[in-house]
Amino acid sequence: MTATPAATGALSRLKASGAHQKILAFASLIVLLVFFSLASPNFLQTSNILAILQATSVNGVLAIAATLVIITGGIDLSVGTLMTFCAVIAGVVLTFWGMALPFGIIAAIAAGTFCGFISGSLIARMKIPPFIATLGMMLILKGLSLVISGTKPIYFNDTPSFPLISTGSLIGSFIPALPVPNGVLILFVLALVISWVLSRTTLGRYCFALGSNEEAVRLSGVNADAWKVAIYALAGGICGIAGLLIASRLNSAQPALGLGYELDAIAAVVIGGTSLAGGRGSILGTIIGALIMSVLLNGLRILSVAQEWQTVVTGLIIIAAVYADMLRRRRAG
Amino acid sequence: MLNRRHMLGAISAVALMASAGIGAAQDKLYIPLISKGFQHQFWQAVKAGADKAAAELGVEVTFEGPDTEAQVDRQIDMLAAALAKKPAAIGFAALDSQAAIPLLKQAQEAGIPVIAFDSGVDSDIPVATAATDNLAAAALAADKMAEMIGGSGKVALVVHDQTSRTGIDRRDGFVNRMKEAHPEVEIVDIQYGAGDQLQSTEIAKAILTAHSDLKGMFGANEGSAIGVVNAKKELGKTDLVVIGYDSGAAQKAAIMDGTMAGAITQNPVGIGYETVKAAVAAAKGEAVSKSIDTGFFYYDKSTIDAPEIAAVLYD
Repeated sequence: MTATPAATGALSRLKASGAHQKILAFASLIVLLVFFSLASPNFLQTSNILAILQATSVNGVLAIAATLVIITGGIDLSVGTLMTFCAVIAGVVLTFWGMALPFGIIAAIAAGTFCGFISGSLIARMKIPPFIATLGMMLILKGLSLVISGTKPIYFNDTPSFPLISTGSLIGSFIPALPVPNGVLILFVLALVISWVLSRTTLGRYCFALGSNEEAVRLSGVNADAWKVAIYALAGGICGIAGLLIASRLNSAQPALGLGYELDAIAAVVIGGTSLAGGRGSILGTIIGALIMSVLLNGLRILSVAQEWQTVVTGLIIIAAVYADMLRRRRAG
Repeated sequence: MLNRRHMLGAISAVALMASAGIGAAQDKLYIPLISKGFQHQFWQAVKAGADKAAAELGVEVTFEGPDTEAQVDRQIDMLAAALAKKPAAIGFAALDSQAAIPLLKQAQEAGIPVIAFDSGVDSDIPVATAATDNLAAAALAADKMAEMIGGSGKVALVVHDQTSRTGIDRRDGFVNRMKEAHPEVEIVDIQYGAGDQLQSTEIAKAILTAHSDLKGMFGANEGSAIGVVNAKKELGKTDLVVIGYDSGAAQKAAIMDGTMAGAITQNPVGIGYETVKAAVAAAKGEAVSKSIDTGFFYYDKSTIDAPEIAAVLYD
């Protein structure tokens, strides 16, 4: 392990600045929860809290993928349609080919990793700007999902255990009072794993280093391109997990879905305090960001706020969260 | 603490907007309608019908739907939130029947009657379905098309999508009727434009360019139909017979100036109205008819102002 000065520098900067925004985001989440609980007796009931968590699971997983890429100073617009593509691949393996469940899971994650590898190669080796490369991938994958599925949803009726990936409850089988859906469990386990990767592994260190000073990483003799490809591939594999979650929840791979989901993922990432300029961010912040978005949307629905206003409020919250973060940093620096 | 105050400001903005919602009477029957869409004028007309029934019957109705008809998971989240509010009954227009089954079962177990609207739900859980017979409506469009192009020649379709029930039924209703009743008419192309006006315009132009002898085009929903009209205007194809679906200001104008020969209209106001009416009856334990046909009409320049047509058209 050869940690470069640039990498260690970026790491210490992260440690100094990450904590505040996370506390701020967490406080906002608590305020929202308290407010909605007081405003409606229907908000704080187990079934509704589980519904909120279930609604967070897919966006949360996509946001984890987006966080990795955004920390490197890049962007991935293809996370939503890549998720759909991986769901369709699972459908092909399980329903069209009739193979066993583990093959479908492996195929979906492998397909995601492969597509991430392609995106990463376009960006790192062919020097196509991330916005353009992943915009292209977003459209390619949207089209391929429709082509491969024959433009129809692929149902998983032949694989009865498939819906359990997302909707079954491992926790509930031990603690019946707490039927947390597996999709939520997967989200939190994944968050822990990727947090560990970011803070404890070389890949994580280079992720931050590439985002804060790519040139320095390069000059210190590190193969920056290879690390960047690896990070995009990892993000792609995570999108594969999101694909499995959404397909299992809907018991079908919906080929037309996915466009626009990248924006929700990016919104969760920035609410959570990850900088779009790269070099700074955390998975915990992203999870809180994703929770804020789904709590807000669910709460507004419970309060019967008109749908057009729900969208306005979500937009206001994104701007307020990022502005508060900027103010804090301007004063700090 | 400046930043904390900013966050509080945003939160109180939420509070202000929310309080408008909480003010509604608590003891009224509450019926949420989870629709397939929200922004299109068609859905706004369904909402208008639902609001009308709510006012007449003294119940509280909310109306929600995802941004696009592909967002099956978003619709499921809306349904979950609606169930948490312990409603008296639920109106539901499924984007994908299978995906919604677990939540519909939950509703059934909680004794909440479900009324399907716009398109059916492939399940026996809904106590009633209020919908247009899209197959029959599109078949009527095919008959009108065949009549206007003289029983033979090439026609093409621009449809909103190939996955939704309405997209499939309108396409198949039109195509099958042509094959059975008008074998001389040849369907040369079917393309999908997501119901987006601009995308449908480009698609229609491409079809018209590829088939210069095309006699007629059918646009299977509002956005598709307007796309076909735009293409006809931009390419100056004055002889092309265009038949549309639904209404809206642009489509009505096209019929009045002759760019469009006519259109099928559903009865969106009636769909919303009948859904709420059936929901109230079901919530009170009264018998409801399993299938409520909300009807459809063909209209053109000569009938657009007739009272029974004008009542179901929207701007």
